[in-house]
Amino acid sequence: MTTLAADKNHTSNGSRRDFLYVATGTAATVGSALAVWPLIDQMNPSEDVLALASTEIDLTSIAIGQAITIVWRGKPVFVRRRTSEEIALAAHTDLEELPDPQLDSERVQRAEWLVLVGICTHLGCIPLGQKGTHPRGEWGGWFCPCHGSHYDTSGRVRKGPAPQNLSVPPYKFITDTTIRIG
Amino acid sequence: MQHNGFKSSNRIVQWIEYRLPIFSFLDQQVGTQYQAPKNLNYLWNFGSLAGIALIIQIVTGIVLAMHYVPHGDMAFDSVERIMRDVNYGWLIRYIHANGASMFFAAVYIHIFRGLYYGSYKFPRELLWMLGLVIFVLMMATAFMGYVLPWGQMSYWAATVITNLFSAIPWAGQSLTEWLWGGFVVGTPTLTRFYSLHYLIPFVIAGLVILHIWALHVHKSNNPLGVEVKGPKDTIAFHPYYTIKDLFSLGIFLAIFGFWVFYFPNYLGHPDNYIPANPLQTPPHIVPEWYLLPFYAILRAIPSKLGGVIAMGASLAILFLVPWLDTSRIRSGTFRPIFKQFYWLLVADVLVLGYVGSQPPEGIFIHLGRIATAYYFVHFLLILPIVGWLERPKPIPSSISESEAGTTQEASGRSETGT
Ligand code: HEM
Ligand code: FES
Repeated sequence: MTTLAADKNHTSNGSRRDFLYVATGTAATVGSALAVWPLIDQMNPSEDVLALASTEIDLTSIAIGQAITIVWRGKPVFVRRRTSEEIALAAHTDLEELPDPQLDSERVQRAEWLVLVGICTHLGCIPLGQKGTHPRGEWGGWFCPCHGSHYDTSGRVRKGPAPQNLSVPPYKFITDTTIRIG
Repeated sequence: MQHNGFKSSNRIVQWIEYRLPIFSFLDQQVGTQYQAPKNLNYLWNFGSLAGIALIIQIVTGIVLAMHYVPHGDMAFDSVERIMRDVNYGWLIRYIHANGASMFFAAVYIHIFRGLYYGSYKFPRELLWMLGLVIFVLMMATAFMGYVLPWGQMSYWAATVITNLFSAIPWAGQSLTEWLWGGFVVGTPTLTRFYSLHYLIPFVIAGLVILHIWALHVHKSNNPLGVEVKGPKDTIAFHPYYTIKDLFSLGIFLAIFGFWVFYFPNYLGHPDNYIPANPLQTPPHIVPEWYLLPFYAILRAIPSKLGGVIAMGASLAILFLVPWLDTSRIRSGTFRPIFKQFYWLLVADVLVLGYVGSQPPEGIFIHLGRIATAYYFVHFLLILPIVGWLERPKPIPSSISESEAGTTQEASGRSETGT
């Protein structure tokens, strides 16, 4: 009680104390936040994980209608050489029907070659459809067995819980028969 | 020598007790000085069983950690080595793997006991919420433990569950990569899961202490839901409940042994004996049985973010139960309408569990949606409305009165009144 009364009598004293409280509190907060950051950031992908080279793929061995899977940054990448029916199917799709509308032409560089990150955009499973024996879903592209997402011959989601189309990785044709991913 | 009603003629006990009164403390908390309601039925044994299951997990886990190697290239082989080469490694691993199931079984019964007898009501709301935090941490621990053997199910369960975070708008992708420590689930993910799988059970152990502390402030609820009124309503914890808990422990361990020695892999999944392959998803991924109802809720909503929100809400809603249940009567015994809906909820959760184990096709999609909707309807509508409309049966005025066979008319809704 006495200290409180004393504070009231010496307002300058009180405000100086308030200032000290606020300053100490601020320094402590900022200081802890700075100290915590390394503890959080250590969990992010490390330099060796980030320093991932690009991958080159030779396309000569892939026949029309066939697909191969290669690994880029630890992720599967689907390369499918589409048949003319598959290309036509993908090109003549009404955008209104698509949950994530995108033209086939925006998703390929050369109509015959479809290059996709083979990870379902729902919860990360690898869709089936790369092998002849696989189910390819109702739209002839890929089918994700985990929660039943269907992708078409452009890798666009048509049905199921996946919110987005299979993503297209950055890639370049270095020659007519080789592409470089990344 | 005597301290707070505690007596011992043992000189060493006296010596310690004088310096650190731990014996009298234990005697007051779990001994002859602790008075518990005298009418507790066997559903009140599952708390202590859960506690013992936690201890079993910690002990076997520490031993497994002496042989396990947390690295994507070596984890699977190190587990196989534990199974084949380490002395009694098979036993320790089977106890740990089936122990998780036994732990969840005990805790599920424990939770449903609380839901039936209204143990979450005033003044035990915080006790209930601490229990739920324990439950959520148990799920996290079990999930991360399941990843450690680095089999196909481990890998793909880790992928699917961590991808839940990618549903968060805007920050989702970077958050997921932060969780992974890479662009896919890999060794960095495995090592951090291992670290946390080791840590969290000790956090749980700390929370169990708070849970029991809160329990001992107002003591156990009981099948009648009437507060203890005096010494006539109680009996000493030791020897009466210690011996009862010991008896149920015998049965618990017999069932436990049945799994461990006769069907050690029944609750697991054969695909987890195939080493993790990041390029091939198994045709049918299912979580462990104790997570199935929540998995079913996740899949019931045909939208990624929606499913994640529904799953989170199905847990979050349990924290609100003390306020969603508007009835002042605790025990379901005296609530004829509530009782029926209670069993419907039990059936609904079982249906959800079954749907979660099936592929997401045909009838299961509809069944999963109906059961998910009902789950939320139960807590958000039925629980409050039944509490208002229902006319409870006459409740006994005290535990000892009820034992003597006399009851008084229900005094409206004022039973647990503050
Ligand atoms: C590691 C997990 C847990 C342990 C070791 C544990 C331990 C215990 C123990 C020993 C008791 C006293 C005996 C009994 O009533 O059975 C108790 C009471 C209680 N627990 Fe837990 N518990 C755990 C998890 C939970 C969970 C997940 C919930 C629910 C959300 C919960 C809710 C309660 C409630 C409401 C009580 C008071 C019940 C009553 O007296 O009616 N507990 N717990
Ligand atoms: S991960 Fe593909 S549908 Fe869920």
